[in-house]
Amino acid sequence: MRRRLFVLLTLLVLPICTANAAARAPAVAAAADLKFAMAELVERYKDATGRELNVAYGSSGNFAQQIENGAPFELFLSADEGYVERLAAKQLTRGAGALYAVGRVALFVPRGSALAPDPTLADLRAAVADGRLKRFAIANPEHAPYGRAAREALQGAGLWEAIRPALVLGENAAQATQFAAGGNAQGGIIAASLAVTPGVARLGTAVLLPASMHRPLRQRMVLTRNAGAVAGEFFAWLQTKAAREVFLRHGFALPGED
Amino acid sequence: MDWTALRLSLALAAVTLLVLLPAGVVAGRWLATTRSRARPWLEALTALPLVLPPTVVGYYLLVALGARSPLGGVFERVFGAPLAFTFTGLVVASVIVNIPFAVQPLQRAFASIPPDVREAAQCCGLTRGQAFARIELPLAWPGVLSAAVLTFAHTLGEFGVVLMVGGSIPGETKTIAIAIYDRVQAFDTAAAGTMALLLLVVSFVTVALSYVLSERWLRPARR
Repeated sequence: MRRRLFVLLTLLVLPICTANAAARAPAVAAAADLKFAMAELVERYKDATGRELNVAYGSSGNFAQQIENGAPFELFLSADEGYVERLAAKQLTRGAGALYAVGRVALFVPRGSALAPDPTLADLRAAVADGRLKRFAIANPEHAPYGRAAREALQGAGLWEAIRPALVLGENAAQATQFAAGGNAQGGIIAASLAVTPGVARLGTAVLLPASMHRPLRQRMVLTRNAGAVAGEFFAWLQTKAAREVFLRHGFALPGED
Repeated sequence: MDWTALRLSLALAAVTLLVLLPAGVVAGRWLATTRSRARPWLEALTALPLVLPPTVVGYYLLVALGARSPLGGVFERVFGAPLAFTFTGLVVASVIVNIPFAVQPLQRAFASIPPDVREAAQCCGLTRGQAFARIELPLAWPGVLSAAVLTFAHTLGEFGVVLMVGGSIPGETKTIAIAIYDRVQAFDTAAAGTMALLLLVVSFVTVALSYVLSERWLRPARR
């Protein structure tokens, strides 16, 4: 009986100890569009320096909200400059941070969809008109940077009003991608960085939309006020050539060299 | 203030209630009276949504019942659209999530009716249907009420599943809980605050009303 109790207690306590070990690595908040690029970057950084980072992915707006309310993130990689500027204005950051990437959007069409992957959006226009298009996924333009870019592209094409009844809105760039690629919608305008990942790419076809179709998604990162030394070194490393190459390979453009 | 979202949430709660309450009465009564060996397993099944995260239900609706799965394909052919991103999909999700809130109070209510009462009703020549309508249901009334209130209020507050399978479509899947979330994300704390307060008041009044009503019903019965 005693021994069983001991085993049970050990099993209960074990995850607490291991959780603590992971928690010692600095916490990094990264926009959902960085999911795959960051995984590689963190891996490379670990290989180069032996240091680990604890990355959380989500919507930039959500993280900005959380940091404003005291969340213990040491580095924040936003998909949008605005959120970083907002935090900087409230003295919650170390300086104004640095641009690290420029986001691109892509039209994604899942396999078996009635939509053609046409970057001029001409077929999308035709599909809206003839009723082929029932559901179209974008991120929520109210607060997700990629949603705003998608809205600007659709507005520029004169499609916004017509396509609105068909829109399904993802809470962040990753959810919009899930909606667009999961087969429950005929397509979507999503983050190019997520469209090129193997898991998504095998579900359909993605075509990059011209950067001129929306205001540039200038992605800025910043150290928060409680950043430690490791977070600071990682911040500097993300601006090196090696790191910039990873961003480029994952569907981002680089700031200052469009 | 997003009135469309509030109306949608109220409609979702009402439809969920209409579907779940009759089914809950049947299931609750059966669970309360059966001697079947399967009972604990079925009870566990009805309690599952209490312990499972909404992401599990969300996963099944979005992926396992999505347009890519065989089951989702059948569904799409019958109803013309996949479950995700539709009001019907939200109803299905909210019925599943609310099963314990409806079934458990009903089961307890039917279980508290002494077996002699049922036997007496039979001796008096009442058919099973008559006994159920005239004797059992009136006795189980407080259970029916709390099942109804819990289901209704819990649906108003449902968030996780709706976020996962809804797609925030105004008038279709953008419930008040989602509208509040979207406003908070957009740093529009004023609108979020108004809606949060309204939802708080509506939920409080709903639950308080049920306590007032059950007081009234229970008092004369105790005397």
